[in-house]
Amino acid sequence: MVLRVLVVDRNAERAEIVRRALVEAGDDHIVEVAAGSGDLPALLRAAQPDIVIVDLDLPDRDTIEQLRVATREMPRPIVMFVDETDNATMRAAIAAGVSAYVVDGLTAKRIKPILDVAVARFQAFELLRQELETARLGLAERKTIERAKGILMRVRGIGEDEAYAALRSKAMNDQKKLVDIAQSVVTAAELLK
Amino acid sequence: MTGQGVAVVRAGFMPLTDAAVLIAAADKGFAEQEGIALELVREVSWANVRDRLLLGDFHAAHLLAPIAIAANLGLGYPPVPITVPAALGLNGSSIIVSNELFLALAQRVDGNLADPAVSGTALAAIVADRKRHGADPLTFAMVFPFSTHNYLLRFWMAAAGIDPDEDVRLVVVPPSYMVESLSRGHVAGFCVGAPWPSVGVAAGLGHILHFGSEIVATSPDKVLAVRTDWFEANADAGERLLRAIVRAAFWCAAPANRAELAAILAQPDRLGISAEIIRYALDGRLVVNSNGETRSDSHYLWLDLSPAIRPHPEHAAWLYAQMVRWRQAPLSAAAALAAGGAYRPDLFDAAFASLGGGSAPGDGLGAFAGPAFDPADVAGHLTAWPIGSRG
Repeated sequence: MVLRVLVVDRNAERAEIVRRALVEAGDDHIVEVAAGSGDLPALLRAAQPDIVIVDLDLPDRDTIEQLRVATREMPRPIVMFVDETDNATMRAAIAAGVSAYVVDGLTAKRIKPILDVAVARFQAFELLRQELETARLGLAERKTIERAKGILMRVRGIGEDEAYAALRSKAMNDQKKLVDIAQSVVTAAELLK
Repeated sequence: MTGQGVAVVRAGFMPLTDAAVLIAAADKGFAEQEGIALELVREVSWANVRDRLLLGDFHAAHLLAPIAIAANLGLGYPPVPITVPAALGLNGSSIIVSNELFLALAQRVDGNLADPAVSGTALAAIVADRKRHGADPLTFAMVFPFSTHNYLLRFWMAAAGIDPDEDVRLVVVPPSYMVESLSRGHVAGFCVGAPWPSVGVAAGLGHILHFGSEIVATSPDKVLAVRTDWFEANADAGERLLRAIVRAAFWCAAPANRAELAAILAQPDRLGISAEIIRYALDGRLVVNSNGETRSDSHYLWLDLSPAIRPHPEHAAWLYAQMVRWRQAPLSAAAALAAGGAYRPDLFDAAFASLGGGSAPGDGLGAFAGPAFDPADVAGHLTAWPIGSRG
């Protein structure tokens, strides 16, 4: 059976990477790409996909939620892909910035490989983006943040993630840059020595 | 708070005026004073907020109350227990219609268009005309299937004899696409929360026809939704979070703080919309058309601790009744119990009392049509309506 996949992604470059990967993953895959338009129902009616892969940064997700009931518009309702036995798949997808909807009746066995390919490509793309971001963020700034994290972990006996979250939260609340908050932690620690 | 350490709480929100209490809890330092590092994450869709809350990525969220109820009932998703220890306000939305539909309504109206019974009758006449002439049905938009906006639009239409599933098209359009969909004529009307109706009026795209509070005087809308398993495992942090919310609400409700609140909400990482437009909803005085006419309701967005922040179980029951009426949920005693049980006024009252407050009284809903709502009799409520499911 041919599987029709619609990739809805505002990032055209990433969408093309995902499209190519999905076509390579199976010769019975027909993959189309859309940029997210605010008129997704019409697009879905025209494309009649079995699986919709959606970029989480698009508000269009809420429109798809409406299509999750059988109507004249959508005789085969779209359901959310939730592997009830393994929430980890969904969690990995959300963390990678992607979500998936499928037409009711498809088995998890057919969907999971497709979602895995999409998630892997989104992750690779995000990794690349982060690398570029890190390169931009000066080495000195990163050092300051690392030092502040180390101080918080030592003084408050918390883990690395928690220390980073505390810094970020403070930065957001005070509407300051993360590196400025980190610098004040480092300065305070030096004064208290 | 140094003794027991700071609890990190990650909470999602949508950039809407009624995220005010949650945002103030973080940005005005109430959370910090209660020993909570409240990390706010702005989201672009309700589906994202829901998924990240249900999957455990968020501990808490600014959430449409019906989504919290749907999560507990497992509608369209395996059930995940969600606790509502506080609401984040009542009301706050408007029905905005295109300039074209407003003109048509003004031509057909018999009486005062500001009365939802009168405007509904005029709309019914237009809908019937279109049907007779074989024209496409009018399209109305709201923000999410499980939303107060969906139920207010349907309630208003059905009271005038319009079947929202047969006589018009109801679609979900994200608020950020509202301006485009109104200006292109894709939608004739939109029920959406502040500040979006004011954004539409400011852009000259339509008229605010009704405040949500004109349809149902105290309509439940957004809540603070917390994962029940997190709340139970972190009772102390949960109570401190709730105290921060109560204190933030008290601060937000004071008229003297509105200018500062509007400035906080206007920040680019919060709503990112001008403080002037945000202020309309906080003041309860909205510009309703491009002639600059205004309409007022001091409860346009209601942030008073009672009745707006206390999570009244009758509000959950009313929302559940709407879900049954519009065939989103089955009618059963167990489901009614699960819907109402998500709301925890006992937790709210304890936090309120620990801050030196007394007990807060309950209240009704004040719909513009139909009999008063009895939360103990959802089935009886549904028999009052000729349009919609009776369960």
